[in-house]
Amino acid sequence: MSGQYIAFFILSLLTISGAIFMISFNRVIHMVVALAFTFLSIAGLFILLEAEFVGLTQIMVYSGGVSVLMLFGIMLTQHSKVERSEQKPALRIFTFAGILAFFVAVFYGIQKTPWSQEAVDYSTQNNVKEIGVQLYNNYVIPFELVSVLLLVALIGGIIMAKKEADDE
Amino acid sequence: MIPASSYLLVALILFCVGLYGALTKRHAIIVLLSIELMFNAVNINLVAFAKYGLFANMTGQIFSLFSITVAAAEAAVGLAILISLYRNRSTVHVDEMDLMKR
Repeated sequence: MSGQYIAFFILSLLTISGAIFMISFNRVIHMVVALAFTFLSIAGLFILLEAEFVGLTQIMVYSGGVSVLMLFGIMLTQHSKVERSEQKPALRIFTFAGILAFFVAVFYGIQKTPWSQEAVDYSTQNNVKEIGVQLYNNYVIPFELVSVLLLVALIGGIIMAKKEADDE
Repeated sequence: MIPASSYLLVALILFCVGLYGALTKRHAIIVLLSIELMFNAVNINLVAFAKYGLFANMTGQIFSLFSITVAAAEAAVGLAILISLYRNRSTVHVDEMDLMKR
């Protein structure tokens, strides 16, 4: 039981510190690498919550896919080494104050709400099998719609990134 | 047992950091990554409530799978728009993308 606490502490520390590093680094490549660490630690949090399939999907899609895609995006566009990476200070302070107010409000809400104390024990059942049964019994239409969405995103991405090259 | 509120707190901090990054950073790719961070915070909440919720069942995990898929599609389309914009305006900074504001 205490091992769970230690794992949660380390994973949440890695998650939050990766996000903070992402905000505070100056070079864009370093930001993406810090965020890749955050994505991996979030996958660890999912596995700690007994959602193994979601955790592995997180590793595949975010750490493997989105991070590399963003690195490609940085390499294909301009990336000057030293640059002013943030907006004007007045806007930053205003945004920070607004987000702080939001944080305090939601934190108060989380602390005051009586969450249910018992947790479901998923460790006895096969997570992947259970997700497959649910997906093909109750969520067939959203599943198919998501496949259509991925196809549309694929074609749209190709057309938008390719169109101007033909005109030149 | 780890209380549900600690997972919610981690997700809240991640969401706030992502919101700050999305609103204050100039580089468009970093803005996209901050949006992905906010998506991830929401996914942590969904999976946490699949275990700790009032009517806890697998639906939270399945919804987070759909959300991951939509986020990946959004990242791909966002990057395609960014590359097309870079080719036309040769900038990646969001405060210089003001063609519709002038």
